[in-house]
Amino acid sequence: MILTQVMAAEEGPGPLVPHVPEIILGFIVIAILYIGISKFIVPNFEKAYADRTAAIEGGIQNAEAKQAEADAKLAQLEEQLSQARHEASRIREEAREQGAAIVAEMRQQAQAESTRIVEHGKAQIEAERQAAVTSLRTEVGSLATGLAGRIVGESLDDDARSSRVVERFLADLEAGVH
Amino acid sequence: MKSLAASVLASAPEPHIPGPADFNLPPIVGSGDWAITKVTILVVLSAVIAFALFYAMSRKAAVVPGRLQFVGEYAYGFVRNSIARDNIGSHDFMKFVPYLFTIFLFILVNNFYGIIPFVQFPTMSHIGYPTALALLTWLIYNVVGIAKHGFFGYLKHQTVPSGISGPILIILVPLEFFSNIIVRPFTLALRLFATMFAGHLLLALFSIGGAYLILHYSPAVIGVSAGVLSFIIGIAVSFLDMLIMFLQAYVFTLLSAMYIGQAIADEH
Repeated sequence: MILTQVMAAEEGPGPLVPHVPEIILGFIVIAILYIGISKFIVPNFEKAYADRTAAIEGGIQNAEAKQAEADAKLAQLEEQLSQARHEASRIREEAREQGAAIVAEMRQQAQAESTRIVEHGKAQIEAERQAAVTSLRTEVGSLATGLAGRIVGESLDDDARSSRVVERFLADLEAGVH
Repeated sequence: MKSLAASVLASAPEPHIPGPADFNLPPIVGSGDWAITKVTILVVLSAVIAFALFYAMSRKAAVVPGRLQFVGEYAYGFVRNSIARDNIGSHDFMKFVPYLFTIFLFILVNNFYGIIPFVQFPTMSHIGYPTALALLTWLIYNVVGIAKHGFFGYLKHQTVPSGISGPILIILVPLEFFSNIIVRPFTLALRLFATMFAGHLLLALFSIGGAYLILHYSPAVIGVSAGVLSFIIGIAVSFLDMLIMFLQAYVFTLLSAMYIGQAIADEH
């Protein structure tokens, strides 16, 4: 029974022998499918890939540009900040110098003023002393001559003589003092 | 086997034992070799299915893929990157992607016919179709190899392993020629054919045998339990067969890509 079945199966050319029509049909169908896939499906998928790559790359480029812009702005701001700091410190320095200069000038002025006042005082004192000495000399002379005239009864009205006497006396006095 | 057949014969109609003859389907139109059978229609339909499915998936080509496009891109990317680019090299692979994707889908759809209800016939179990595929791959890798290296350059490229010289070549050159030029289309076609053929035969055996055991075997207790077991095994084999159906499509495409890659490689 089984034998006849096997024999029946082997009536045809066995499963390992390819049928020519099947090979030809295979070629045709594969060729048609190939055309469809290479014309439509592969380009579509590749387009999707390319678009996606472009989108991602575009996004990255965008982000990079934004980043660069932000960096530039930051650098600019920092530059401005450091300039401002520099300016401020320069102004402070200047103010300090000015203050110091003003103080020094003031001090000098005060010094000069005080010196002047002292000098003035000294000169005034000197002048007053001089005046005192002069007037004293005159008065002492006339007093002394008057007194001596009265004492000696000698007329000492001759001014020239009397004053010569006084001068000599005073000179002796001064020499004695010194 | 004989005793089983004898005991069955005693009480029941003759069982149908599935064999190679079951693969010869009756003609729908015409007769003989050129008749149109279910297989013919299925093969033509496979191209329509593969194209329609992937055209629908790729039609929008959106930057952000939908669910359908994602599935299509996954399959396409698998063939494009894992099979074509990795084996052919990123310089030349795009030329071969359409062909590789074509044969991958063609084999996949035709294989999975084997487990689709009411279709239930893996068309690749007719060796004519694997033969067509293998011949195409053979033609392509030899033609691109010859186009790249010249006829004798290509022969040398395929038969003389690099770094080997001297008398050993007398043995090696015919061996390499035999394995790289002659055997490849046969192994390609036979591997695909045989796995589909055997898978279908196994499924048929378990389902026909299970049905026969349940319906006709006596004593019925043994018949029914054995028949149910047979069906269960049949289901398990179906799942195994699904894995093999995918694997064979993958292997055929992978080997085609490897042969092409080797043929146009600069040096070994």
